[in-house]
Amino acid sequence: MIELHDVHKRFGHLEVLRGIDATVSRGEVVCLIGPSGSGKSTLLRCINGLEAHDQGEILVEGQRVDRRSKTIREIRMEVTMVFQRFNLFPHRTALENVIEGPIQVKGEPAREARERGRELLARVGLAEKADQYPSSLSGGQQQRVAIARALAMRPKAILFDEPTSALDPELVGDVLAAMRSLAEEGMTMLVVTHEMSFAREVADRVLFMDGGIIVEQGQAAEMLADPKQERTRDFLRRVLNPL
Amino acid sequence: MDAFLTDARGFLPILLQGAVITVQVTICALLLSTALGLVWALMRYSGLWPLVWTAKTIINTIRGIPILVQLFYIYFVLPELGLDLTAFQAGFIGLGIAYSCYMAENFRAGLEAVEQGQIEAAQSIGMGWAKMMRRVILPQAVRTVLPPYGNTMIMLLKDSSQASVITVAELTLKGKLIASSTFENMTVYTLVALLYLCMSIPLIILSGHLEKRFGQR
Repeated sequence: MIELHDVHKRFGHLEVLRGIDATVSRGEVVCLIGPSGSGKSTLLRCINGLEAHDQGEILVEGQRVDRRSKTIREIRMEVTMVFQRFNLFPHRTALENVIEGPIQVKGEPAREARERGRELLARVGLAEKADQYPSSLSGGQQQRVAIARALAMRPKAILFDEPTSALDPELVGDVLAAMRSLAEEGMTMLVVTHEMSFAREVADRVLFMDGGIIVEQGQAAEMLADPKQERTRDFLRRVLNPL
Repeated sequence: MDAFLTDARGFLPILLQGAVITVQVTICALLLSTALGLVWALMRYSGLWPLVWTAKTIINTIRGIPILVQLFYIYFVLPELGLDLTAFQAGFIGLGIAYSCYMAENFRAGLEAVEQGQIEAAQSIGMGWAKMMRRVILPQAVRTVLPPYGNTMIMLLKDSSQASVITVAELTLKGKLIASSTFENMTVYTLVALLYLCMSIPLIILSGHLEKRFGQR
Protein backbone atom coordinates (compact mmCIF):
# COMPACT_ATOMS: atom_id res chain seq x y z
CA MET A 1 0.00 0.00 0.00
CA ILE A 2 2.87 2.37 0.84
CA GLU A 3 6.27 1.67 -0.71
CA LEU A 4 9.45 3.66 -0.19
CA HIS A 5 12.44 3.09 -2.43
CA ASP A 6 15.77 4.72 -1.62
CA VAL A 7 14.15 7.94 -0.39
CA HIS A 8 16.50 10.87 0.25
CA LYS A 9 15.70 14.29 1.65
CA ARG A 10 18.02 17.21 2.23
CA PHE A 11 17.45 20.50 4.02
CA GLY A 12 20.28 22.59 2.65
CA HIS A 13 23.45 20.72 3.58
CA LEU A 14 21.74 18.54 6.11
CA GLU A 15 20.73 15.17 4.73
CA VAL A 16 17.76 14.16 6.85
CA LEU A 17 16.81 11.00 4.99
CA ARG A 18 19.67 8.97 3.57
CA GLY A 19 18.10 6.20 1.55
CA ILE A 20 14.96 4.79 3.10
CA ASP A 21 13.47 1.52 1.86
CA ALA A 22 10.29 0.34 3.51
CA THR A 23 6.79 -0.91 2.86
CA VAL A 24 3.54 -0.78 4.75
CA SER A 25 0.99 -3.36 3.67
CA ARG A 26 -2.76 -3.02 3.78
CA GLY A 27 -4.14 -3.40 7.29
CA GLU A 28 -0.74 -3.24 8.86
CA VAL A 29 0.15 -1.08 11.85
CA VAL A 30 3.76 0.06 11.70
CA CYS A 31 5.43 2.15 14.38
CA LEU A 32 8.37 4.35 13.51
CA ILE A 33 10.63 4.96 16.49
CA GLY A 34 13.97 6.64 16.95
CA PRO A 35 15.71 9.60 18.56
CA SER A 36 14.59 13.13 17.72
CA GLY A 37 16.19 14.44 14.57
CA SER A 38 16.42 10.97 13.08
CA GLY A 39 14.08 11.89 10.23
CA LYS A 40 10.91 10.06 11.34
CA SER A 41 8.57 13.01 10.96
CA THR A 42 10.20 14.10 7.73
CA LEU A 43 9.67 10.64 6.29
CA LEU A 44 6.00 10.74 7.25
CA ARG A 45 5.60 14.19 5.74
CA CYS A 46 7.18 13.05 2.49
CA ILE A 47 4.64 10.25 2.16
CA ASN A 48 1.71 12.62 1.72
CA GLY A 49 3.74 15.28 0.02
CA LEU A 50 3.87 17.91 2.76
CA GLU A 51 7.60 17.79 2.05
CA ALA A 52 9.10 16.96 -1.32
CA HIS A 53 11.69 14.19 -1.27
CA ASP A 54 14.79 14.85 -3.33
CA GLN A 55 15.59 11.40 -4.59
CA GLY A 56 14.09 7.94 -4.72
CA GLU A 57 10.47 6.98 -5.08
CA ILE A 58 7.42 6.89 -2.84
CA LEU A 59 4.41 4.92 -4.04
CA VAL A 60 0.95 4.96 -2.50
CA GLU A 61 -1.26 2.26 -3.99
CA GLY A 62 1.15 2.17 -6.89
CA GLN A 63 0.80 5.90 -7.52
CA ARG A 64 3.92 8.06 -7.34
CA VAL A 65 3.94 10.80 -4.72
CA ASP A 66 4.91 14.09 -6.32
CA ARG A 67 4.11 17.38 -4.60
CA ARG A 68 3.84 19.19 -7.89
CA SER A 69 1.53 16.69 -9.56
CA LYS A 70 -2.25 16.90 -9.57
CA THR A 71 -2.49 13.38 -8.19
CA ILE A 72 -1.13 14.60 -4.86
CA ARG A 73 -4.60 15.65 -3.73
CA GLU A 74 -6.03 12.20 -4.42
CA ILE A 75 -3.14 10.67 -2.51
CA ARG A 76 -3.75 12.97 0.44
CA MET A 77 -7.40 11.93 0.52
CA GLU A 78 -6.35 8.30 0.65
CA VAL A 79 -3.55 8.80 3.17
CA THR A 80 -4.52 11.45 5.70
CA MET A 81 -2.49 12.68 8.59
CA VAL A 82 -2.82 13.31 12.31
CA PHE A 83 -0.41 15.93 13.63
CA GLN A 84 1.51 16.33 16.84
CA ARG A 85 -0.10 19.70 17.50
CA PHE A 86 -3.58 18.60 16.31
CA ASN A 87 -3.93 21.53 13.88
CA LEU A 88 -7.69 21.68 14.21
CA PHE A 89 -9.35 24.62 12.49
CA PRO A 90 -9.89 26.98 15.44
CA HIS A 91 -12.77 28.86 13.81
CA ARG A 92 -14.86 25.72 13.35
CA THR A 93 -16.59 23.46 15.87
CA ALA A 94 -15.49 19.87 16.42
CA LEU A 95 -18.19 18.61 14.05
CA GLU A 96 -17.39 21.27 11.43
CA ASN A 97 -13.75 20.25 11.59
CA VAL A 98 -14.71 16.66 10.91
CA ILE A 99 -17.09 17.38 8.01
CA GLU A 100 -14.96 20.04 6.34
CA GLY A 101 -13.09 17.58 4.15
CA PRO A 102 -16.05 15.37 3.18
CA ILE A 103 -18.20 18.35 2.20
CA GLN A 104 -15.64 20.76 0.78
CA VAL A 105 -13.17 18.38 -0.78
CA LYS A 106 -15.14 15.25 -1.58
CA GLY A 107 -18.46 16.99 -2.23
CA GLU A 108 -20.52 14.73 0.00
CA PRO A 109 -24.07 15.92 0.78
CA ALA A 110 -24.06 18.02 3.96
CA ARG A 111 -26.76 16.07 5.79
CA GLU A 112 -25.08 12.72 5.39
CA ALA A 113 -21.68 14.17 6.22
CA ARG A 114 -23.03 15.65 9.44
CA GLU A 115 -24.64 12.38 10.41
CA ARG A 116 -21.46 10.47 9.77
CA GLY A 117 -19.40 13.18 11.46
CA ARG A 118 -21.42 12.70 14.64
CA GLU A 119 -20.91 8.95 14.42
CA LEU A 120 -17.17 9.42 14.09
CA LEU A 121 -17.06 11.79 17.04
CA ALA A 122 -19.04 9.25 19.06
CA ARG A 123 -16.56 6.62 18.06
CA VAL A 124 -13.68 8.57 19.57
CA GLY A 125 -15.79 9.25 22.67
CA LEU A 126 -16.70 12.87 21.92
CA ALA A 127 -20.36 12.71 20.90
CA GLU A 128 -21.33 15.42 23.35
CA LYS A 129 -18.53 17.77 22.23
CA ALA A 130 -19.68 18.07 18.61
CA ASP A 131 -20.65 21.72 18.86
CA GLN A 132 -17.70 22.92 20.93
CA TYR A 133 -14.85 24.91 19.50
CA PRO A 134 -11.33 23.47 19.75
CA SER A 135 -10.27 26.15 22.23
CA SER A 136 -12.69 24.71 24.79
CA LEU A 137 -11.43 21.14 24.38
CA SER A 138 -8.49 19.52 26.16
CA GLY A 139 -5.47 18.45 24.14
CA GLY A 140 -6.55 14.83 24.26
CA GLN A 141 -10.02 15.72 23.06
CA GLN A 142 -8.61 17.90 20.28
CA GLN A 143 -6.42 15.07 19.11
CA ARG A 144 -9.36 12.69 19.04
CA VAL A 145 -11.31 15.21 16.97
CA ALA A 146 -8.30 15.30 14.65
CA ILE A 147 -8.45 11.51 14.36
CA ALA A 148 -12.17 11.73 13.54
CA ARG A 149 -11.35 14.40 10.95
CA ALA A 150 -8.80 12.11 9.34
CA LEU A 151 -11.26 9.19 9.39
CA ALA A 152 -13.99 11.28 7.81
CA MET A 153 -12.04 11.27 4.56
CA ARG A 154 -12.51 7.47 4.42
CA PRO A 155 -8.75 7.08 4.00
CA LYS A 156 -6.99 3.85 3.15
CA ALA A 157 -4.23 4.68 5.61
CA ILE A 158 -3.56 7.24 8.32
CA LEU A 159 -0.18 8.73 9.17
CA PHE A 160 0.28 9.72 12.81
CA ASP A 161 3.06 12.20 13.57
CA GLU A 162 3.81 11.85 17.29
CA PRO A 163 0.11 12.10 18.12
CA THR A 164 0.58 12.05 21.90
CA SER A 165 3.79 14.04 22.30
CA ALA A 166 2.04 17.36 22.92
CA LEU A 167 -0.34 15.92 25.50
CA ASP A 168 -0.32 15.93 29.27
CA PRO A 169 0.45 12.39 30.45
CA GLU A 170 -3.02 11.72 31.83
CA LEU A 171 -4.59 12.50 28.44
CA VAL A 172 -2.41 10.15 26.42
CA GLY A 173 -4.43 7.06 27.22
CA ASP A 174 -7.67 8.15 25.55
CA VAL A 175 -5.87 8.99 22.33
CA LEU A 176 -3.97 5.72 22.29
CA ALA A 177 -7.21 3.84 22.99
CA ALA A 178 -8.85 5.51 20.00
CA MET A 179 -5.88 4.56 17.85
CA ARG A 180 -5.92 1.02 19.12
CA SER A 181 -9.57 0.56 18.22
CA LEU A 182 -8.77 1.83 14.73
CA ALA A 183 -5.98 -0.67 14.44
CA GLU A 184 -8.27 -3.46 15.55
CA GLU A 185 -10.73 -2.53 12.82
CA GLY A 186 -7.99 -3.06 10.27
CA MET A 187 -6.94 0.50 9.44
CA THR A 188 -3.52 0.77 7.85
CA MET A 189 -1.45 2.98 10.14
CA LEU A 190 2.05 4.38 10.15
CA VAL A 191 2.75 5.88 13.54
CA VAL A 192 5.72 7.95 14.63
CA THR A 193 5.72 7.56 18.38
CA HIS A 194 7.67 7.43 21.61
CA GLU A 195 4.99 5.29 23.27
CA MET A 196 6.80 1.97 23.43
CA SER A 197 3.91 0.22 25.14
CA PHE A 198 1.66 1.18 22.24
CA ALA A 199 4.24 -0.07 19.76
CA ARG A 200 4.62 -3.35 21.62
CA GLU A 201 0.92 -4.05 22.01
CA VAL A 202 -0.65 -2.60 18.88
CA ALA A 203 1.97 -2.49 16.15
CA ASP A 204 2.61 -5.38 13.80
CA ARG A 205 6.05 -4.11 12.98
CA VAL A 206 8.49 -1.55 14.31
CA LEU A 207 11.03 0.42 12.32
CA PHE A 208 13.92 1.99 14.21
CA MET A 209 15.39 5.06 12.52
CA ASP A 210 18.57 6.87 13.40
CA GLY A 211 20.59 9.37 11.40
CA GLY A 212 18.28 9.26 8.40
CA ILE A 213 18.33 5.52 7.82
CA ILE A 214 16.35 2.55 9.06
CA VAL A 215 18.76 0.83 11.39
CA GLU A 216 16.60 -2.09 12.32
CA GLN A 217 13.11 -3.38 11.73
CA GLY A 218 11.14 -6.36 12.85
CA GLN A 219 8.07 -7.84 14.40
CA ALA A 220 7.11 -5.44 17.20
CA ALA A 221 7.19 -7.47 20.40
CA GLU A 222 10.25 -9.41 19.32
CA MET A 223 12.30 -6.41 18.26
CA LEU A 224 11.47 -4.29 21.30
CA ALA A 225 12.31 -7.17 23.63
CA ASP A 226 15.47 -8.25 21.90
CA PRO A 227 16.94 -5.66 19.53
CA LYS A 228 19.85 -6.87 17.40
CA GLN A 229 21.62 -3.58 16.77
CA GLU A 230 23.65 -1.75 19.38
CA ARG A 231 22.08 1.60 18.44
CA THR A 232 18.56 0.21 18.88
CA ARG A 233 19.48 -1.32 22.23
CA ASP A 234 20.97 1.97 23.38
CA PHE A 235 17.90 3.96 22.28
CA LEU A 236 15.44 1.58 23.91
CA ARG A 237 17.42 1.58 27.11
CA ARG A 238 17.27 5.36 27.28
CA VAL A 239 13.56 5.52 26.43
CA LEU A 240 12.49 2.79 28.79
CA ASN A 241 14.72 3.80 31.72
CA PRO A 242 15.23 7.55 31.44
CA LEU A 243 16.85 7.74 34.87
CA MET B 1 -21.43 82.64 19.30
CA ASP B 2 -24.60 83.91 17.66
CA ALA B 3 -22.60 85.00 14.67
CA PHE B 4 -21.02 81.54 14.49
CA LEU B 5 -24.43 79.86 14.52
CA THR B 6 -25.85 82.15 11.89
CA ASP B 7 -22.84 81.63 9.64
CA ALA B 8 -22.90 77.93 10.32
CA ARG B 9 -26.52 77.68 9.27
CA GLY B 10 -25.60 79.31 5.99
CA PHE B 11 -22.47 77.23 5.33
CA LEU B 12 -23.62 73.84 6.50
CA PRO B 13 -25.76 72.87 3.52
CA ILE B 14 -22.82 73.51 1.18
CA LEU B 15 -20.39 71.72 3.46
CA LEU B 16 -22.75 68.76 3.75
CA GLN B 17 -22.75 68.43 -0.03
CA GLY B 18 -19.00 68.21 0.25
CA ALA B 19 -19.28 65.67 3.05
CA VAL B 20 -21.44 63.47 0.83
CA ILE B 21 -18.72 63.52 -1.83
CA THR B 22 -16.12 62.76 0.86
CA VAL B 23 -18.10 59.71 1.91
CA GLN B 24 -18.49 58.58 -1.69
CA VAL B 25 -14.80 58.99 -2.47
CA THR B 26 -13.88 57.18 0.74
CA ILE B 27 -16.18 54.24 0.13
CA CYS B 28 -15.10 53.80 -3.50
CA ALA B 29 -11.43 54.09 -2.55
CA LEU B 30 -11.94 51.68 0.36
CA LEU B 31 -13.48 49.04 -1.89
CA LEU B 32 -10.80 49.45 -4.53
CA SER B 33 -7.91 49.45 -2.07
CA THR B 34 -9.29 46.41 -0.24
CA ALA B 35 -9.68 44.43 -3.45
CA LEU B 36 -6.27 45.43 -4.82
CA GLY B 37 -4.61 45.00 -1.43
CA LEU B 38 -5.99 41.49 -1.17
CA VAL B 39 -4.64 40.69 -4.62
CA TRP B 40 -1.15 42.01 -3.75
CA ALA B 41 -1.18 40.18 -0.41
CA LEU B 42 -2.26 36.87 -1.95
CA MET B 43 0.42 37.24 -4.63
CA ARG B 44 3.04 37.74 -1.94
CA TYR B 45 1.65 34.89 0.10
CA SER B 46 1.56 32.50 -2.87
CA GLY B 47 5.27 31.75 -2.57
CA LEU B 48 5.61 31.73 -6.38
CA TRP B 49 8.52 34.03 -7.04
CA PRO B 50 7.25 35.83 -10.19
CA LEU B 51 4.07 36.75 -8.32
CA VAL B 52 5.91 37.61 -5.12
CA TRP B 53 8.37 39.77 -7.00
CA THR B 54 5.69 41.58 -9.03
CA ALA B 55 3.64 42.33 -5.94
CA LYS B 56 6.68 43.56 -4.01
CA THR B 57 7.65 45.88 -6.85
CA ILE B 58 4.15 47.29 -7.15
CA ILE B 59 3.83 47.83 -3.40
CA ASN B 60 7.21 49.50 -3.06
CA THR B 61 6.64 51.73 -6.08
CA ILE B 62 3.25 52.91 -4.88
CA ARG B 63 4.46 53.33 -1.33
CA GLY B 64 7.40 55.43 -2.44
CA ILE B 65 5.32 58.09 -4.22
CA PRO B 66 3.30 60.73 -2.33
CA ILE B 67 -0.46 60.43 -2.69
CA LEU B 68 -0.65 63.98 -4.04
CA VAL B 69 1.76 63.16 -6.83
CA GLN B 70 -0.18 59.99 -7.65
CA LEU B 71 -3.40 62.00 -7.86
CA PHE B 72 -1.77 64.60 -10.13
CA TYR B 73 -0.42 61.83 -12.28
CA ILE B 74 -3.76 60.12 -12.72
CA TYR B 75 -5.71 63.32 -13.26
CA PHE B 76 -3.28 65.30 -15.42
CA VAL B 77 -0.94 62.80 -17.08
CA LEU B 78 -3.26 59.94 -18.00
CA PRO B 79 -5.45 62.17 -20.23
CA GLU B 80 -2.35 62.87 -22.30
CA LEU B 81 -2.12 59.12 -22.80
CA GLY B 82 -5.72 59.05 -23.92
CA LEU B 83 -7.37 58.03 -20.65
CA ASP B 84 -9.83 60.71 -19.55
CA LEU B 85 -11.18 60.46 -16.04
CA THR B 86 -13.50 62.75 -14.11
CA ALA B 87 -12.01 64.35 -11.02
CA PHE B 88 -14.12 62.03 -8.86
CA GLN B 89 -12.91 58.93 -10.71
CA ALA B 90 -9.29 60.06 -10.63
CA GLY B 91 -9.68 60.85 -6.92
CA PHE B 92 -10.98 57.52 -5.76
CA ILE B 93 -8.77 55.52 -8.13
CA GLY B 94 -5.68 57.40 -6.96
CA LEU B 95 -6.54 56.99 -3.29
CA GLY B 96 -7.56 53.38 -3.86
CA ILE B 97 -4.26 52.52 -5.50
CA ALA B 98 -2.22 54.46 -2.95
CA TYR B 99 -3.97 52.75 -0.06
CA SER B 100 -3.85 49.29 -1.63
CA CYS B 101 -0.25 48.92 -0.53
CA TYR B 102 -1.06 49.71 3.11
CA MET B 103 -3.93 47.26 2.87
CA ALA B 104 -1.66 44.66 1.29
CA GLU B 105 0.85 44.87 4.11
CA ASN B 106 -1.91 44.58 6.71
CA PHE B 107 -3.40 41.59 4.95
CA ARG B 108 -0.04 39.92 4.55
CA ALA B 109 0.67 40.29 8.26
CA GLY B 110 -2.69 38.66 8.93
CA LEU B 111 -2.04 35.80 6.52
CA GLU B 112 1.40 35.14 7.89
CA ALA B 113 0.08 35.08 11.44
CA VAL B 114 -1.92 31.95 10.59
CA GLU B 115 0.04 28.93 11.81
CA GLN B 116 1.86 26.77 9.30
CA GLY B 117 0.05 23.79 10.83
CA GLN B 118 -3.24 25.10 9.44
CA ILE B 119 -1.88 24.92 5.91
CA GLU B 120 -0.68 21.39 6.51
CA ALA B 121 -3.99 20.34 8.02
CA ALA B 122 -5.85 21.75 5.01
CA GLN B 123 -3.48 20.02 2.62
CA SER B 124 -3.68 16.75 4.49
CA ILE B 125 -7.40 16.49 3.76
CA GLY B 126 -6.72 17.17 0.09
CA MET B 127 -7.70 20.84 -0.12
CA GLY B 128 -6.42 22.84 -3.06
CA TRP B 129 -4.95 26.33 -2.71
CA ALA B 130 -8.08 28.35 -3.43
CA LYS B 131 -10.30 26.36 -1.11
CA MET B 132 -7.66 26.42 1.60
CA MET B 133 -7.42 30.21 1.40
CA ARG B 134 -11.19 30.65 1.46
CA ARG B 135 -12.11 28.10 4.09
CA VAL B 136 -9.08 27.98 6.38
CA ILE B 137 -6.57 30.81 6.03
CA LEU B 138 -8.61 33.94 5.28
CA PRO B 139 -11.23 33.44 8.02
CA GLN B 140 -8.40 33.22 10.55
CA ALA B 141 -6.43 36.08 9.04
CA VAL B 142 -9.47 38.38 9.30
CA ARG B 143 -9.13 38.41 13.08
CA THR B 144 -5.57 39.72 12.99
CA VAL B 145 -6.31 42.16 10.21
CA LEU B 146 -9.36 43.92 11.62
CA PRO B 147 -7.75 46.33 14.12
CA PRO B 148 -5.26 47.75 11.60
CA TYR B 149 -7.98 47.69 8.93
CA GLY B 150 -10.19 49.92 11.06
CA ASN B 151 -7.28 52.26 11.53
CA THR B 152 -6.61 52.37 7.79
CA MET B 153 -10.26 53.14 7.06
CA ILE B 154 -10.08 56.23 9.27
CA MET B 155 -6.79 57.32 7.68
CA LEU B 156 -8.37 56.92 4.26
CA LEU B 157 -11.36 59.03 5.24
CA LYS B 158 -9.03 61.84 6.28
CA ASP B 159 -6.71 61.45 3.31
CA SER B 160 -9.68 61.75 0.98
CA SER B 161 -9.23 65.50 1.60
CA GLN B 162 -6.17 65.30 -0.64
CA ALA B 163 -8.51 64.74 -3.57
CA SER B 164 -9.39 68.43 -3.23
CA VAL B 165 -6.18 69.30 -5.07
CA ILE B 166 -7.53 67.73 -8.24
CA THR B 167 -10.84 69.63 -7.88
CA VAL B 168 -12.95 66.88 -6.34
CA ALA B 169 -15.65 68.93 -4.64
CA GLU B 170 -15.37 67.18 -1.32
CA LEU B 171 -15.57 68.62 2.16
CA THR B 172 -12.15 70.25 2.37
CA LEU B 173 -12.43 71.89 -1.04
CA LYS B 174 -15.92 73.21 -0.24
CA GLY B 175 -14.58 74.60 3.01
CA LYS B 176 -11.66 76.26 1.29
CA LEU B 177 -13.95 77.84 -1.29
CA ILE B 178 -16.31 79.24 1.35
CA ALA B 179 -13.44 80.46 3.51
CA SER B 180 -11.70 82.25 0.69
CA SER B 181 -14.86 84.05 -0.36
CA THR B 182 -16.20 84.94 3.11
CA PHE B 183 -12.99 85.13 5.17
CA GLU B 184 -14.88 83.33 7.99
CA ASN B 185 -11.94 81.04 8.46
CA MET B 186 -12.65 80.09 12.04
CA THR B 187 -16.29 79.19 11.46
CA VAL B 188 -15.65 77.31 8.24
CA TYR B 189 -12.69 75.22 9.36
CA THR B 190 -14.24 74.48 12.74
CA LEU B 191 -17.25 73.10 10.91
CA VAL B 192 -15.05 71.15 8.49
CA ALA B 193 -13.09 69.62 11.37
CA LEU B 194 -16.28 68.71 13.24
CA LEU B 195 -17.76 67.11 10.15
CA TYR B 196 -14.67 64.90 9.66
CA LEU B 197 -14.87 63.93 13.29
CA CYS B 198 -18.56 63.06 12.92
CA MET B 199 -17.74 60.85 9.96
CA SER B 200 -14.92 58.99 11.66
CA ILE B 201 -16.90 58.17 14.80
CA PRO B 202 -19.16 55.66 13.00
CA LEU B 203 -16.04 54.05 11.53
CA ILE B 204 -14.49 53.72 14.98
CA ILE B 205 -17.69 52.13 16.27
CA LEU B 206 -17.93 49.86 13.23
CA SER B 207 -14.39 48.57 13.54
CA GLY B 208 -14.85 47.95 17.26
CA HIS B 209 -18.02 46.01 16.48
CA LEU B 210 -16.32 43.93 13.78
CA GLU B 211 -13.40 43.14 16.08
CA LYS B 212 -15.80 41.88 18.68
CA ARG B 213 -17.73 39.80 16.18
CA PHE B 214 -14.71 38.14 14.59
CA GLY B 215 -12.47 38.06 17.63
CA GLN B 216 -14.50 35.63 19.67
CA ARG B 217 -12.41 32.55 19.11
